[in-house]
Amino acid sequence: MRVSKAARSCFNTLRLKMRPPSMTRSHFTYYPTAAGSGNAKKMNMFSAINNAMDLALQEDSTALLFGEDVGFGGVFRCSVNLRDKYGKDRVFNSPLCEQGIAGFAIGVANAGATAIAEIQFADYIFPSFDQIVNEAAKYRYRSGGLFDCGSLTFRVPCGAVGHGALYHSQSPEAYFAHTPGLRVVVPRGPIKAKGLLLACIRDPNPCIVFEPKTLYRAAVEEVPTEYYTSELGQADILRNGKDVTLIGWGTQVHVLLEVAELAKERHNIDCEVIDLVSVLPWDTNTICNSARKTGRVVIAHEAPFTQGFGSEIAAYIQDKCFLNLEAPVKRVTGWDTPFPHVFEPFYLPDKLRCLVAVKDIVNY
Amino acid sequence: MSFLRKSVKLLNAAAGRQQNLKAIVGSTLRHQRTYSSEPPNDYANFPGAKAPFVSKLKLNMPEDYAPIPIYRVMDRDGFIADETQDPQLGREVVEKMFRDMLLLNTMDKILYESQRQGRISFYMTNFGEEASHIGSAAALEMRDLIYGQYREAGVLVWRGFRIDQFIDQCYGNVDDLGRGKQMPVHYGSRELNFVTISSPLSTQMPQAVGAAYAMKMRPNNDACVVCYFGEGAASEGDAHAAFNFAATLNCPVILFCRNNGFAISTPSHEQYRGDGIAGRGPMGYGIATIRVDGTDVFAVYNAMKEAREYVLRENKPVVFEALAYRVGHHSTSDDSTAYRSTEEIEVWNSVEHPISKLKRYMVHKGWFDEAEETAYIKEVRKKVLKQIAVSEKKLKPNWKEMFEGVYAEMPEHLVEQQRELQEHIEAHKDSYPLKDFKQ
Repeated sequence: MRVSKAARSCFNTLRLKMRPPSMTRSHFTYYPTAAGSGNAKKMNMFSAINNAMDLALQEDSTALLFGEDVGFGGVFRCSVNLRDKYGKDRVFNSPLCEQGIAGFAIGVANAGATAIAEIQFADYIFPSFDQIVNEAAKYRYRSGGLFDCGSLTFRVPCGAVGHGALYHSQSPEAYFAHTPGLRVVVPRGPIKAKGLLLACIRDPNPCIVFEPKTLYRAAVEEVPTEYYTSELGQADILRNGKDVTLIGWGTQVHVLLEVAELAKERHNIDCEVIDLVSVLPWDTNTICNSARKTGRVVIAHEAPFTQGFGSEIAAYIQDKCFLNLEAPVKRVTGWDTPFPHVFEPFYLPDKLRCLVAVKDIVNY
Repeated sequence: MSFLRKSVKLLNAAAGRQQNLKAIVGSTLRHQRTYSSEPPNDYANFPGAKAPFVSKLKLNMPEDYAPIPIYRVMDRDGFIADETQDPQLGREVVEKMFRDMLLLNTMDKILYESQRQGRISFYMTNFGEEASHIGSAAALEMRDLIYGQYREAGVLVWRGFRIDQFIDQCYGNVDDLGRGKQMPVHYGSRELNFVTISSPLSTQMPQAVGAAYAMKMRPNNDACVVCYFGEGAASEGDAHAAFNFAATLNCPVILFCRNNGFAISTPSHEQYRGDGIAGRGPMGYGIATIRVDGTDVFAVYNAMKEAREYVLRENKPVVFEALAYRVGHHSTSDDSTAYRSTEEIEVWNSVEHPISKLKRYMVHKGWFDEAEETAYIKEVRKKVLKQIAVSEKKLKPNWKEMFEGVYAEMPEHLVEQQRELQEHIEAHKDSYPLKDFKQ
C-alpha cells in the first residue's frame, strides 16, 4: 500500500510533535567533510571506526581490542563483526572495571602488543584516571625510556547526545589535557574518526580518542576505504574568514560552522572556523596565526566553563597574540553545573549563544 | 503433582538416557537419585552461579572455612621435615642464594645509614624478606617478566643487578638507568626483565595481567609474568581488578603477595578481615592459590617452581602468598618502634630470620664456614662503601633531560619551554646548581 507524500509528511510532523519534550532534537546540523580522491564508501562514524579497527587488527597481528561489551559489537556498534573475524582471543569483553581495563591495556602495551581499549562512556573514565595519569602518561619518562606503553589507545564515547544527563554526556578532555605524556584527540566525523584512530594506534605514545557519541549515527561521509592516518597535533581550518576566529572540537565544530553561515547571512561577519582536533599537544601555530589575523577569537565547548580547555587556549592566545587582539578572547561553553537532563537545551553552547558572542566581539 | 507431570519432569531431568524408562515407570520418590550419573536435579541453573538449593537457612560464616595452610620445607632450625621436599639444589646454587641474601642485607644496612647521613634522599630496606626475593627469583627464568612494588631488590640482586647500578639509581646520577627521574629504590632494568617501579601501589597488578595476556598470545610462548605486591596494596581496587581479569581472561601470571604484616604502621589485622590474601584466591576469584612461609627460601623456591609450571601449562593465574615479617621500618621516613615493640621485631630478626634459617641448613650440610661469611660480608661492605663514594661524585644528567621522554619525540611546546628555561638559566647561572649537572 503506498502512502502519499502528503500523508507521510503529516505523519512525520505529528511524530515530532508527539515526541516527549525531554528528548530534544539535535542542537547542531552536520557538515560533512568532502572526501579526497580514491575509493570511498558512505559510512557513518561508528562504521568508519569499525573499518579502522578492522584494518588495524588485520595489519597488526598483536593488536587486541577489549572493553565492556566489545565482544558482541559494542553498545555503539563500533566493534560489530570483529570478534567473528579475528576471534575471541583478540576481540573480547573485559569485566566491568575501568581501572582494570586501563591497567590491563598498559600491560599489553608494555609487552609490545597493540592495545585498543574501550571505555564505554567518558563519564566512567574516572576509575581509570590513576592508571592513565600516574602510569600510562609517565611510563616512558620515569623509566628513563626503558619501558613505555606507546602502543596503547583508549577509545572513549563522549559528549551531549540529547538526553544523556549527568553520566552519559560528559566531555572530560580538560582533565587529561593537564597530563604531560598523553595524546588527546577528538574527531568531528567519520573521516577524521578513522584517520585519527589509525594514527593513534601507530603513534608511540599513549592516546585517548574522545568520540562524540551523538555523531556515531548522525555523521555520514564518503570515507576512503583504504588505510590512512590523520595528522596528530594539527588543527584543521574548515572555513577561512577575516573577521572572527571560531575554535571548537567534536560536535561543536558543526555548531560553529552553522554560526559562521548565519553570521555571514545576517550580519555580514566573515568567520574563520577551526577544528582544534588535537587537545594535547595542541596546534598553537594554526590557532595563533588565525588569532593574529582576525584579532577576535571565540572558543566554544560543551564542557563546563571554569578550567575547560577553552581557558588554556584563551590564556595562550592572550600571551602570544596580545597586541594583535581587538577584543578579549571569548569562551561560550556549558555552564558550571553538572550536565542536566531536561535542561540540556539551556545548558549547551548552542548556535544562538555562539552567534551572539560573534556579534558582541565584533562590536567590542 | 500428577503422575504425568512427575514423569515429564523426570524425563526432562535425565534426557537421552536409557535409564529414563525405569525412572518413569517405577519410582515416584523425586528426592532420591537412583543413578549417580544423573545430574542432581536440585542444582539451580542460574547463569550467575551453579550451586545446589537448600531449604535450611544459614549464614555462611568465615569461621566455617579453614584457613589455607602454610607450606614450608625447613623449620626455624634449618631442618627439613619432609626430605622429599628438599629441592636438592646443590651447593653452588644454595651458596649463591646465601651470598645474595647477605649482599642484599649488607647493602641495605649501609644505604639506610647513608640516607641518615644525608647522602641519599630516601631508602627502603628489605630486612626479613630476603628469602621471598631470592627463593622466588631463583625459580624463574630470565625471560619471565617481573613487575614489583618497591621491596623486591633481592629479585634484582639474583638476576644480576650490580651494586653500582643500585647506588647510581639512588643518587640519580648520569649512570642511573632511570635518568634521574625518580626517587631512590625505583629501580628498573630492561636487560633483566624487571619493569621500572612506580610509587602508586598496586597499579602494577592489572598491568602485569595485561602483559601476561599479550605474552600468552605470542607463538610458542614459554614465559610468564610475576607481579609482586604487599598485603596492604592488595586492599586497592587495582588488586581486585588484577585478580578478576587474570582469572576471567586466563592469564599466565603469578600474583605474588609479600604479606609481611605491615603497611607502614597499619598491621594486617586492620588491613583485611579475610584469610589473608590467599583466602581470596580460590573462592573469591576462582584462582589456584598457594600460601608459603616467606622466611623459608626452599619453600618459596619449590612453590614458585610449581606455580610457574602451572601458569604456563594452564595459561591461568596463581595467587601466591608469602608470609613473612617486615623487620625493618617502612622506609627512612618511618620509625616503626612507634607502633610495635622492639621485642617482637627482635624475634623475627633472629631465630625466624630467613638468613639464619638458611645458614642453619647449610651448617647441617657442612656447607657453612663462619670465616667465609665474615669475609664475604666485609667484602660487600667495602664494595658498597666504595661505590657510594664513587656514585656521590658523579654528575647528575644534563638539566635538559628533564624535558626528554615525556613523549617518544619531543613536541614543539616542550622544545619551546626548554628554550625558555635555557635563556633563564643563562641569565641567572649562579642561582642554579649547574656544577652538579653534566654540561
